[in-house]
Amino acid sequence: MSHSAKEAGGAGPSHRKVEIGFTLFMGFLGAVSIVGALQVGIGWGAEGPKAGFFPFYTGLIVVLSTAINLINAIRTPEGGLFAEWPALGQVVSVIVPATIYVLAIPFLGMYVSSAILIAAFMKHFGRYSWLFSIAIAIAVPVAIFFMFEIWFLVPLPKGPLENYLGY
Amino acid sequence: MIEDIGNLFHGFAVVVQPYNLVLMVIGIVLGVIVGVLPGLGGANGVAILLPLTFSMSPTSAIIMLSCIYWGALFGGAITSILFNIPGEPWSVATTFDGHPMAQQGKAGEALTAAFTSSFVGALFAVIMITLVAPLVASFALRFGPAEIFAVYFLAFASFVGLSKEPPFKTIVSMMLGFALGTVGLDQMTGQLRLTFGFTEMLNGFDFLIAVIGLFGIGEILLTMEEGLSFKGKAAHINAKVVFQTWATLPKYWLLSLRSCLIGCWMGISPAGATPASFMSYGIAKRMSKRGNNFGKGEIEGVIAPETAAHAAGTSALLPMIALGVPGSPTAAVLLGGLLIWGLQPGPLLFVEQKDFVWGLIASMYMGNIVGLLIVLTCVPVFAAILRIPFSVIAPIILVLCAIGAYTVHNSTFDVLMMVVFGILGYFMKKTNYPMAPLVLAIVLGDKAEEAFRQSLLGSGGSLGIFFSNPLVSTIMILGLIALFWSVISSSWAKLRGQAATAA
Repeated sequence: MSHSAKEAGGAGPSHRKVEIGFTLFMGFLGAVSIVGALQVGIGWGAEGPKAGFFPFYTGLIVVLSTAINLINAIRTPEGGLFAEWPALGQVVSVIVPATIYVLAIPFLGMYVSSAILIAAFMKHFGRYSWLFSIAIAIAVPVAIFFMFEIWFLVPLPKGPLENYLGY
Repeated sequence: MIEDIGNLFHGFAVVVQPYNLVLMVIGIVLGVIVGVLPGLGGANGVAILLPLTFSMSPTSAIIMLSCIYWGALFGGAITSILFNIPGEPWSVATTFDGHPMAQQGKAGEALTAAFTSSFVGALFAVIMITLVAPLVASFALRFGPAEIFAVYFLAFASFVGLSKEPPFKTIVSMMLGFALGTVGLDQMTGQLRLTFGFTEMLNGFDFLIAVIGLFGIGEILLTMEEGLSFKGKAAHINAKVVFQTWATLPKYWLLSLRSCLIGCWMGISPAGATPASFMSYGIAKRMSKRGNNFGKGEIEGVIAPETAAHAAGTSALLPMIALGVPGSPTAAVLLGGLLIWGLQPGPLLFVEQKDFVWGLIASMYMGNIVGLLIVLTCVPVFAAILRIPFSVIAPIILVLCAIGAYTVHNSTFDVLMMVVFGILGYFMKKTNYPMAPLVLAIVLGDKAEEAFRQSLLGSGGSLGIFFSNPLVSTIMILGLIALFWSVISSSWAKLRGQAATAA
């Protein structure tokens, strides 16, 4: 989205520019839906309306409504920040580790990657001592293990550590 | 009617089995925790805890899940009053007078009033459900595809007309929900669509992933941006305060009744608990003799929104039970649960799954009584949870969200989608797009589309089928009125304004 927008006076992207960018993004999603619907056919088939019929019209409504939202967004005078850069930095500094965490789950398993996430998060944002961070980081996955695997019989992804321990 | 009462007592017999009672208490406690923690709300709290119920019988499962929901409704009030942080959107209005009361050292009174009025609102709505739901269901059994589509149309049109977000933003998020819901296998033709060749997309987007991402991850991102620091008031609540407050409550009966009615109305139409609480607060402020004192710690300003929010939250389950159309995102998650446990939601439930339906209704009564007792006795414990710093809570919530997303289909791709939905949710919240219509559209997309296509198949492609008999026409016209409600009401106001200047 339009993070690259030039700042309008304050330290951060202007709300108007981000809003315009996000509106365009929503319209893009609507267009994707229309394209996908056209690929499978939007007309009348042997079993009534074809598979693309419904997504075609929902996509069309998205695009049309987006046009109105876009006009409204452009008409709104410049003013107000979307968020200040440091605050956005905070947001990104959650998204990045969360994404790494999610990508690591298939390899390390749910428990180990969760422990690493909790410890790193506490250390970075909370500035806790290593000892306390690691204690919480181990306690939570262990509690989750008992709750899910033992009591409610729901298996979670496991990695090398769990294999080594025999699960 | 008599038969229904018999069924209800049978339902109570199911609910008071020790195993179910334990689940009920666990559900309420988890629910209050979910309601107290920022980033975990009713909808995604229930979604995350849904996998815990996979190995249970449907009746036990719904008892636990609905109790999580009651607990979350109660929990929102605690954070609003003590910390001035609404744990849930519907408790925003409670902060207006609840927190000033706490600052004046009347936290106990405010909490007691909030919990008790929540209880009253919920009880009113449950009684209404008990009386009305079987009638609605037996009526709805006669619906054909056109009528079913008309009901969906009414539900979604009310969103556009009643939500406080700009109507075209509501439409965009709703229609994107429908589009997301169509991804994957087409139920009617067995064709693949909108997958663009990605095998991960074959199963489509599960709305539970969307709920956990939009409401859970999105909320954490917002909280990180705002850099919340919790500074709360201590909770002193004891039996004396409770009874003293209870003694003053009966004189507000008219206020309570009005709030109950507002709540039930807003809950059944999918406007939901949040607008209900604001509307009830606004009307109470206008009608009350002490209206000027609202916002400075007036007990009426706590009673009105809490009663309405709980009445709305509870009555949102009426269309879910009777018609299979959820009135709120949380009701949608419960509906998703029904499908996972192998039950087909809709009017037939009342015929085919008597135990389940009446067990659920009985658990609404019991759950709220148990909930009231638990929150009144354990407030300090729950308040202590909020004192845990966000840097500890946030990664734990992230982990719980990831587990919840994974367990829906045992797929790690879903967990990645959850993060994507989280980022989407952050931007939607910041740019004022409502998220509830998107979620409901993903849930109901399949069924709405099926009803629509079957109707058109029956009529040979003519849209006239939706106005072909009095019943379907009435529902469609109600839907159209709801859709254009903001236009109608503003032009009505303009007309009256013109008439006034002309005269």
